[in-house]
Amino acid sequence: MANKTYIAAIQEALDLALAKDDNTLIFGEDVGENGGVFRATDGLQAKFGEDRVFNTPLAESGIGGLAMGLATQNYRPIMEIQFFGFVFEVMDSIAGQMARTRYRFNNTRNMPIVVRSPYGGGTKTPEMHADNLEGLVAQVPGIRVVMPANPADAKGLLLSSIESNDPVVFLENLHLYRSLKGEVPEGYYTTPLDQAAIARQGDDISIIAYGGSVPVALKAADELAKQGINAEVVDLRTVSPIDIKTIGESVQKTGRVLVVQEAQRMAGIGATVMAEISERFILSLKAPIGRIAAPDSIYPFAQAENDWMIKADDVVEKAKEVVNYD
Amino acid sequence: MANMTEQNAKVLDFDYQIQQQDEAFPTLQILNNAGQLVDEETFNQSDISDDDLVAIMQRMILSRQLDIRSTKLAKQGRFGFFAPTAGQEASQMASSYAFKDDDWLFPGYRDIPEIVVKGWPIWKAILWSRGHAKGNEMTTEDGKPVNAWMPQIIIGAQYVEAAGTALGLKKRKQDAVAYTYTGDGGSSQGDFYEGINFASAYKANAVFFIQNNGYAISTPRKLQTAAQHLAAKGWASGLPSMVVDGNDPLAMYLAAKKARAWSVAGNGPVLIETLTNRLEPHSTAGDDPLRYREQSDIDEWWKREPLIRMRQFMTDKGIWDETKEQAYVDEVNALIDDQIKIADNIEKQKISDFIKNTLEVPSQAMQEQIDKFESEGK
Repeated sequence: MANKTYIAAIQEALDLALAKDDNTLIFGEDVGENGGVFRATDGLQAKFGEDRVFNTPLAESGIGGLAMGLATQNYRPIMEIQFFGFVFEVMDSIAGQMARTRYRFNNTRNMPIVVRSPYGGGTKTPEMHADNLEGLVAQVPGIRVVMPANPADAKGLLLSSIESNDPVVFLENLHLYRSLKGEVPEGYYTTPLDQAAIARQGDDISIIAYGGSVPVALKAADELAKQGINAEVVDLRTVSPIDIKTIGESVQKTGRVLVVQEAQRMAGIGATVMAEISERFILSLKAPIGRIAAPDSIYPFAQAENDWMIKADDVVEKAKEVVNYD
Repeated sequence: MANMTEQNAKVLDFDYQIQQQDEAFPTLQILNNAGQLVDEETFNQSDISDDDLVAIMQRMILSRQLDIRSTKLAKQGRFGFFAPTAGQEASQMASSYAFKDDDWLFPGYRDIPEIVVKGWPIWKAILWSRGHAKGNEMTTEDGKPVNAWMPQIIIGAQYVEAAGTALGLKKRKQDAVAYTYTGDGGSSQGDFYEGINFASAYKANAVFFIQNNGYAISTPRKLQTAAQHLAAKGWASGLPSMVVDGNDPLAMYLAAKKARAWSVAGNGPVLIETLTNRLEPHSTAGDDPLRYREQSDIDEWWKREPLIRMRQFMTDKGIWDETKEQAYVDEVNALIDDQIKIADNIEKQKISDFIKNTLEVPSQAMQEQIDKFESEGK
């Protein structure tokens, strides 16, 4: 096992996928010689050739349509949307077209596309680049939304996503790309989709997080431990569909829940988790479910991000409130 | 002061530029409204045999009868959504006759007849229009895949998808193209531009049709764009583009055949604007064309419809007559009757199947719903 950054793990997964199956193709804006604006595809065009790894004209809907058309020819396209803030341009291809393919063909055709895209903030990108729009795609039937929280999962989940015969929106956290390192197993391995992971064991409270909010939750859990509170951190990993079973087991064990997301409070995933818990496990709860989310404003950019984004201190404070509720 | 150079004068002469656009796109026509050959030499280039002519005529009749029957059935509430095709038979059927089974069709919702002649049974098309899952199988009667996408509902989306398949065919070194149809309204969409531009940039195997049929529901062609020719949009992407008399089956067949050959040879895509007219409502779902166009205009276009001129041309040639046509109309109507019966007798679909058709591996919540509906027999 080697200690690797989140982005290095992603790059390694792409490299392995291209080597394993000639039908995998990587394309998007600047993914060729430039290796992508974050270098996730660095060196892959040189290694696998322009036929397999190539730049597209600058048009997101075109990229989505290209992926669908190539999939009809039994390719397994891995398309990159340079920033998830640009997803609106390609929403028809993703939500209107590829998500519906299995249904529209009565289960006779696959649509094995991975839509890779950086999301979140904290890296001072220009306006409309950073955003947490996972809730938008998570509410579309027919696609999966996968959001890894550490390098080992980033690699294993990406390889699983590439193997999936259904479209997967694979969201990579901008902030974690180079700020987070972790042990990454060698070689080709897959991490199952639709399964949450227990990122930290605990009995006093379940902190349910995903993607970039997992490191925040883990940091908070460390602080809570110092204060005598043993928090369990559940990492959803796949945010659509969510793993209700794992959530339920944790909730039944701790009886107290805090949901943490980087996205605005009104934006989706956390609300779904809370609804499922309320519907299924409410009698296991000893306190109202707490929630930490970003404010319901437009996503700010550059300087304002740091003040706006969720912080471990807020998680600690809210967790104590939930734990101390009688 | 020195005189302006001729070159700079042209660049700055905007009237000249507009005039150039008009001159750049003459209309390809081989058969006129009266069914007479207007260009024998070009006709000879098409290498079209008498059997081909009969086959194209039969396809156009199939399309017209399907149109007539579908419209009637829709009025009785026995059809689902249907977009009438009368007047566009040459644009649709004569052009698609130039393509082969290996070619990939990306149809718009008005292009059902092109899919049917590619092997999609009419009963499946009927079920698709009704929203029945069995209609969502793009397969032949004996279950073989048809190289076609489901009819596209989102205007223009088929263009970017066709570009992707066109690139795939090129990468796989296939002697095949992706061909796709949209309307004059579709040529206003972003996906239209993105599709032709992507295919052109990759020199992919594609033939793009704009069926300029006069109206996008109620919006007339002149409101779509100030461009004099929709084909001119292809030039912006660097691809050969042409305007064809869309009611002339011979011109449509030749244009499509030449475009296919050019693209299969690795030269990249071609764009074909077909000048035709939608003689009927936008769809059977309540559109009244008389709210936005004059009856006299519709009457005029009925005189130019493609079956009249093809019938005349083939009769003059001695290869067609009323008896042959009536026999084929009867044959097609018997077929449609059978197909309606098949469609009507298909087992009712289940809600649990809808969920099963959404993801290959259902989620926990989906599985719960499947189990619940199945236990209720739904």
